[in-house]
Amino acid sequence: MAIQTEVIALPPRAPSRLASFRLGDFPLIPALILVIVALVAIFANLLAPHNPEIGSLTARFRPPVWQTGGSTKYLLGTDQLGRDVLSRLIFGARVSMVVGFTAVIFAGAVGTTLGIISGYLGGWVDQVIMRLTDTWLALPALTFAIFLAAIVGPSMWNIVIILGLTYWTRYARVIRGEVLSLKEREFVRLAIVAGCSKWTIMWRHILPNIINSAIVLGTLMLGVVIITEATLSFLGIGVPPPEAAWGLMLSDGKQSLMVGRWWLSVLPGCCIMLMVLSANLLGDWLRVKLDPQLRQL
Amino acid sequence: MKQYVIRRVGYCLLSLFLLSVTIFFFVRVTGDPATLLVEPGASEADIAAIHQQFGLDRPLLVQYGIFMASLAHGDLGQSFYYRTPVMELYLSRLPNSLYLAAVAMTLSLLIGIPSGILASVRVGGFWDSAGKTFTLLGLSLPSFWVGLVLILVFSVYLGWLPSSGAGTPLHLIMPAFALGWYFAAAHMRLTRSSMLEVLGSEYVKLARLKGLPQSLVIAKHAFKNALIPVLTLAGINLVIMVNVAVVVEVVFAWPGIGRLLYEGITFRDFPVVQGVVLMAGAMIVVVNLLIDILYAVIDPRIRLES
Repeated sequence: MAIQTEVIALPPRAPSRLASFRLGDFPLIPALILVIVALVAIFANLLAPHNPEIGSLTARFRPPVWQTGGSTKYLLGTDQLGRDVLSRLIFGARVSMVVGFTAVIFAGAVGTTLGIISGYLGGWVDQVIMRLTDTWLALPALTFAIFLAAIVGPSMWNIVIILGLTYWTRYARVIRGEVLSLKEREFVRLAIVAGCSKWTIMWRHILPNIINSAIVLGTLMLGVVIITEATLSFLGIGVPPPEAAWGLMLSDGKQSLMVGRWWLSVLPGCCIMLMVLSANLLGDWLRVKLDPQLRQL
Repeated sequence: MKQYVIRRVGYCLLSLFLLSVTIFFFVRVTGDPATLLVEPGASEADIAAIHQQFGLDRPLLVQYGIFMASLAHGDLGQSFYYRTPVMELYLSRLPNSLYLAAVAMTLSLLIGIPSGILASVRVGGFWDSAGKTFTLLGLSLPSFWVGLVLILVFSVYLGWLPSSGAGTPLHLIMPAFALGWYFAAAHMRLTRSSMLEVLGSEYVKLARLKGLPQSLVIAKHAFKNALIPVLTLAGINLVIMVNVAVVVEVVFAWPGIGRLLYEGITFRDFPVVQGVVLMAGAMIVVVNLLIDILYAVIDPRIRLES
């Protein structure tokens, strides 16, 4: 409606190049970036020119190769312990990928399961799960994640669990809503008449119908999860040093920002941005492609 | 109306109860809370003393009762590092956080609303695409990185703005921008969709049919109604801003509650961490309740529905 009114009120204009790129079919560049990051993460051992965790103290704070004082030995410079920034960025991709994907899958599994159970069974089960979801949603995700991280202490797998516990509520909400409308549909009623058990219906008939939404949510969640991981690492309660995580690199880089050692904080940030941006663009595209209902959200 | 309010308050209390249970439960299920409650490096005897003092050797239900009783008195425990009650610390930092959040919110509305309107008036045009790009960047850039880059440009290279601390209005510019950036994107997106909805409604069409100029239709008829959801979101976001400013406050050494939380983490000052998190949850639950009630007062349909 709104668009029609616009056409009457204004002369039609050609969509800009930017718009056609965004709205066009497959988001090639974002997908490519994610694939490249994934490959870099898998083959980090082969690609990294230096050991990411061991530096040489004689080569501290080397600038990137194109600045005066930089050498081809350290293409993107070195940090406060003389560790090669490029190698750390490469291994950081592994941390981000592993944490991002496992946390999204973990949160998705928990949230989807509880969402289906809550929506299908209804009654007091629904009440309990939804009250819990509401309460957990009320806490800002970051605050809750910080709280959990502060209790359990830093480790990569703890972070995965923490992120899973923080973000399952997002899935539970959306999935429950879908299940509520699905369970009134005829195929579910037929399944009931045919004598299927509740669990069979949930597993065989409901799940395949909501899996698309779960995947779309997961893609959109990937960026959020990666940013939260970086934030926790930045605050010193995420991935513990000397592991090469992008958030950790940023936190190290902060110390020498004031003397103008920009490469230590700008470069990891660019990596985070590229990855999150790609995940978001891909998620947006998937959302429109896989699930027209979600377009309204 | 009365019934509606009672029901809402009931939900709110239930949420607060679940919040306290969640926090209580997580602290106890992840290990011995005594190790969190004593200072690092405490002896066995100290830990045993803590067990006695906080009743950690008693049954869980009794422990929860004690926990809730002290909460009801507004007692969040004692900070190890500062040796003062957590509540006192919290209240002394809160004004700084509110100040920063208020400025960041103003900034985000000043950016978000006009750009949202521009995008909705020119759907599919240049401004719409520019707005979309801006939204995407806002949602994809971690705020602490925005903060670091701002420091690099405006403090290190240009030397215009102080890099950290609080005091003068100049100290406020960069943290407010770093914090407001994400929310500006969110506000822009909502303004755009809300404007699109209003622009498609009957009364706007009527205004157009009357022959009013476009600018008047938008400024006088559409804008006012499109603003309601945006301002509601802004209200909720203000509370969220106060509570998620941790990283921005850390980057700019801004003495707010986020920084307090960070200090709690780095000094392993557990009562502070628990206190700040509890207060964050409680604040949001209560604000949500107030918004629900305010909505019911404004719009009778809501209270009749339930």
